[in-house]
Amino acid sequence: MKAAIVGSGNIGTDLLHKLLRSPVLEPRWMVGVDPASEGLRRAASLGLEVSVDGAEWLLRQDELPDIVFEATSAAVHRANAPRYAEAGIRAIDLTPAAVGPYVVPPVNLREHRDAPNINLITCGGQATIPMVHAVSRVVPVSYAEIVASVASVSAGPGTRANIDEFTRTTSHGIETIGGAGRGKAIIVLNPADPPMIMRDTVFCAIPSDADPDAITRSIARMETEIQTYVPGYRLLREPQYDAGRVAIFAEVAGAGDFLPPYAGNLDVMTAAATKVGEEIARAATTSADRHVTA
Amino acid sequence: MPQRLRLTDTSLRDGSHHKRHQFTADDVRSIVGALDDAGVPVIEVTHGDGLGGSSFTYGFSHTPEQELIKVAAETAQRAKIAVLMLPGVGVKEDILVSQDNGAAIVRIAIHCTEADVSVQHFELARARGLETVGFLMMAHSQPPEALAKQARIMADAGCQCVYVVDSAGALVLEQVSDRVAALVAELGDDAQVGFHGHENLGLSVANSVAAARAGAKQIDGSVRGFGAGAGNTPLEAFVGVCDKLGFETGVDFFKIVDAAEDVVRPVMPDECLLDRMALMMGYAGVYSSFLKHAYTQAERYGVSGAQILVRAGERKLVGGQEDQLIDIALELSREKVR
Repeated sequence: MKAAIVGSGNIGTDLLHKLLRSPVLEPRWMVGVDPASEGLRRAASLGLEVSVDGAEWLLRQDELPDIVFEATSAAVHRANAPRYAEAGIRAIDLTPAAVGPYVVPPVNLREHRDAPNINLITCGGQATIPMVHAVSRVVPVSYAEIVASVASVSAGPGTRANIDEFTRTTSHGIETIGGAGRGKAIIVLNPADPPMIMRDTVFCAIPSDADPDAITRSIARMETEIQTYVPGYRLLREPQYDAGRVAIFAEVAGAGDFLPPYAGNLDVMTAAATKVGEEIARAATTSADRHVTA
Repeated sequence: MPQRLRLTDTSLRDGSHHKRHQFTADDVRSIVGALDDAGVPVIEVTHGDGLGGSSFTYGFSHTPEQELIKVAAETAQRAKIAVLMLPGVGVKEDILVSQDNGAAIVRIAIHCTEADVSVQHFELARARGLETVGFLMMAHSQPPEALAKQARIMADAGCQCVYVVDSAGALVLEQVSDRVAALVAELGDDAQVGFHGHENLGLSVANSVAAARAGAKQIDGSVRGFGAGAGNTPLEAFVGVCDKLGFETGVDFFKIVDAAEDVVRPVMPDECLLDRMALMMGYAGVYSSFLKHAYTQAERYGVSGAQILVRAGERKLVGGQEDQLIDIALELSREKVR
């Protein structure tokens, strides 16, 4: 499947490296708006067609991508989304725009693989919502709260301008995908040098008669599942049970594709995007095969 | 002409940490009433960690903060009510709700290297006619020139007064004046400069004087020091010192001394002390609101609270990372077993 990346910042560039390794996705274009972008320079040297005229340019080309990965900002994706749809291009949205349904691969990937536009919530959401789900599939979770701490250098201008969207979109995802009655998200940028590896804490309110062992087992299964596509994801401690809540402590080290391993926040997002893209590509191939045999 | 300082009392916000966020409407009514009567021009009322801070991570509020803000605004005859907001914890909507409840000033607080995340909040606040203050927290961790650059970002976004915020109570005298002076030089007439101190090294009043002498126009304090860590600059003491030094505050010394003793002290669970834990924070440069959380985790996991704080300093944790104190306590307890 021919793919384009819109946005040449930290996330777009990290994603580029992952798509280049994909057996089913072929990254052909990368567009941005910054002529000084390191991402565009890299993409060009890796053989992609690049432009600084953004989605405008991409949509003017004779040959169009089958799938576009949007790594700009919420506002830009809101403007671009209808145009991709019009051109029949599937969109995987890595901004918090939330135009399409939320997808967190280990929770609901299959459900939405035919959607024309898929939203990946936020990096903090990808790192924590699976864990909220791991608890809520065992016991009712009336309230869940997450704290995502990321290294300042790994948060680009898009993330910074979108900090409110981050908290709102993540909170909403904790509820709709995580299965919590009410969700709250907190993000902290830490400028420590050397940069800290992304850390995520998940608190879930649980009933007083909940079985901690069953919850802990469910959390461990989820950790294994996340590791199948985010190898640097790991729980730092055993889940901690205190009056009416469980606390889960995770760390996400990146694969070091673009930014160094501390930027697990990029990885968890781009790994999810790659997984969703590959699922879409495989589904399309399967249905094409079916047409041929029919 | 004597230099005029505008004072902000933050006992009903920073004191929220010491009170473990258990303020009631009656507490707010009595403290705001007394401070307003003493002539304190600005009174800050919010969850200790800012709008939206009520949570597992920071502690749940006894009474929703928006109710408390409303009570404060209804009680104050002259004083303006301020609220604090940390981008990443609260959202713009929280600011609008607080304005509906009577807040007139919004103070946007960020770690002192991250000013650009506050731009959207200043723009919104100014567009809605709110007065704006910017907090550069943990100001000890950056040199004066770096702070001045961050202050410029805030001022350009619409911030009317940028504070040097000594969240860890780690700054010492000239370190305050150098930072304030750098901001004054950078901002000129574009924005005022303020100072928010903590008592963790016993210097909050002296540091506030240093700030005023270096050109700060707004100074924070908390009556009876009612704040995180060893507390904030005790406002009544600072008012007395200002009287002696010839700074005009418009606050009645005798009234605020009475308010501290008769109204504020009864609301405090205990005095804010310059004890071992608080000194650790000032010395190691640790965010003052970690104090109560360190106590909680030390007790829960049977480890040393002082060691939790020292390790928080080593890990270079910033405000908002209270969740990591649990991780540190677990790490310490595992080391103990070994």
